[in-house]
Amino acid sequence: MAGKIVVTGLGATTPLGGDVESTWNALLAGESGISTLEQEWVARYEIPVTFAGQAKVKAADVLTPQECKRLDPSSQFALIAGREAWKDANITDVAPERVAVEFSTGIGGVWTLLDAFDTLKEKGPRRVLPMTVPMLMPNGPAVAIGMDIAARGGVRTAVSACASSTEALANAIDRLRTGEVDVVVAGGSEAAIHPLPISAFASMHALSKRNDDPASASRPYDVSRDGFVMGEGAGALVIETEEHALARGAKIYAELVSGAVTSDAHHITAPDPEGTGAARAVVRALEHGGVAATEITHINAHATSTPVGDIAEYTALKRVFGDHLDSIAVSATKSSTGHLLGGAGAIEAIFTVLAVQKRIAPPTINVDNQDPLIPVDVVREPRDLGAAPVTAMSNSFGFGGHNAVVIIRSYEG
Amino acid sequence: MAFSQDEVLAGLAEIVNDETGIATESVQMDKSFTDDLDIDSISMMTIVVNAEDKFGVKIPDEEVKNLITVGDAVNFIVAAQG
Repeated sequence: MAGKIVVTGLGATTPLGGDVESTWNALLAGESGISTLEQEWVARYEIPVTFAGQAKVKAADVLTPQECKRLDPSSQFALIAGREAWKDANITDVAPERVAVEFSTGIGGVWTLLDAFDTLKEKGPRRVLPMTVPMLMPNGPAVAIGMDIAARGGVRTAVSACASSTEALANAIDRLRTGEVDVVVAGGSEAAIHPLPISAFASMHALSKRNDDPASASRPYDVSRDGFVMGEGAGALVIETEEHALARGAKIYAELVSGAVTSDAHHITAPDPEGTGAARAVVRALEHGGVAATEITHINAHATSTPVGDIAEYTALKRVFGDHLDSIAVSATKSSTGHLLGGAGAIEAIFTVLAVQKRIAPPTINVDNQDPLIPVDVVREPRDLGAAPVTAMSNSFGFGGHNAVVIIRSYEG
Repeated sequence: MAFSQDEVLAGLAEIVNDETGIATESVQMDKSFTDDLDIDSISMMTIVVNAEDKFGVKIPDEEVKNLITVGDAVNFIVAAQG
């Protein structure tokens, strides 16, 4: 399959909104989705970090009680985003065998797992519910979508920490290129705002501790950034071959040009300070798409707001783009959404799709004093990217040394 | 204090409704869990565990396969209260 691959449906539920439109509008308005956690367990366990990016719309307000009962929260978010994307794509006549799912999570069904362990300890093994395993398995979110839309062309889950859902998009391109399927629902989900993951991330000093000012805690590129902010939610994209999309008269948001995945083999959590592995992912994505580095004019950066991570990404980008980096409008949207871990790449790919379609780069908030060690052109207010087609890039990196990059371009028929 | 047959039926109907969304009034003594109510084995095990908890009885795994109808389950629970 040598033709183009295009994006024809979008779905999301995020700390900024319960769907794509409300999320995008809040993002452009410079809103923060980060707030203080009011749950009783914060005080009970004396959790050191007392804020996060909680889903703006509760899953229970969208799904039926039975859907909520049988799905881990990570799968609930996935189902909400997947349904929105599928409805948006308006695919009414496709063979189920020609539809695949590539849907990720970074952590999986952590609520289900830990609730079940509490039940075991308090009430014994007989009370551990039989749905526990299918609810906690990391392929649960992908299967929730696959069963809902009757995808029989293969349902897979790339798990690579915070790079997971960008890797899912890269894998989706590969699936379409084989010619085995015509449509893939791709993306990722996360629901890990639970006392254990928060405590664990906090104990490795990965999280911001700005408890007194949650809305300004996620501040990529700012000199006073002190860690990332956990977020929850999901993003889903319907992608298909251009041929298939045109044949059914679909509306096309953008072209998904290429993707690439590399690994550092450097350190389990620390990024390679030279950015070599990340740079290789960028170069490979450019090569796969036949895109010159100078064609890239917008980047949705990984930029989680950790002191070392933001610099490592800059180093990688500088290595590839050189002086051209000064001509690239860089958006760090985790400043508004927080870090959705396994869902981050998906929602950032959605932002990139909308950016190239609408020719607007979304803003980065909370950059009060830009770090002089990261001299990129940070988009601080929504920026007009000009009338000409835009070629953009979305990056994701994850614990384990995972690097994943996708390139997205304005669609021209 | 033992639960009456009517009380067990009403309680079981609530458990079934909570697990599956099936209306409580559909949970009648003569209804088959699988053929009439379309309850799968995983839901059935969840219902059994919740019923044990609610009525303070034990329903052995080897007994569950004999509980074809709602009435079978209600009668078993009433008898098991001892």
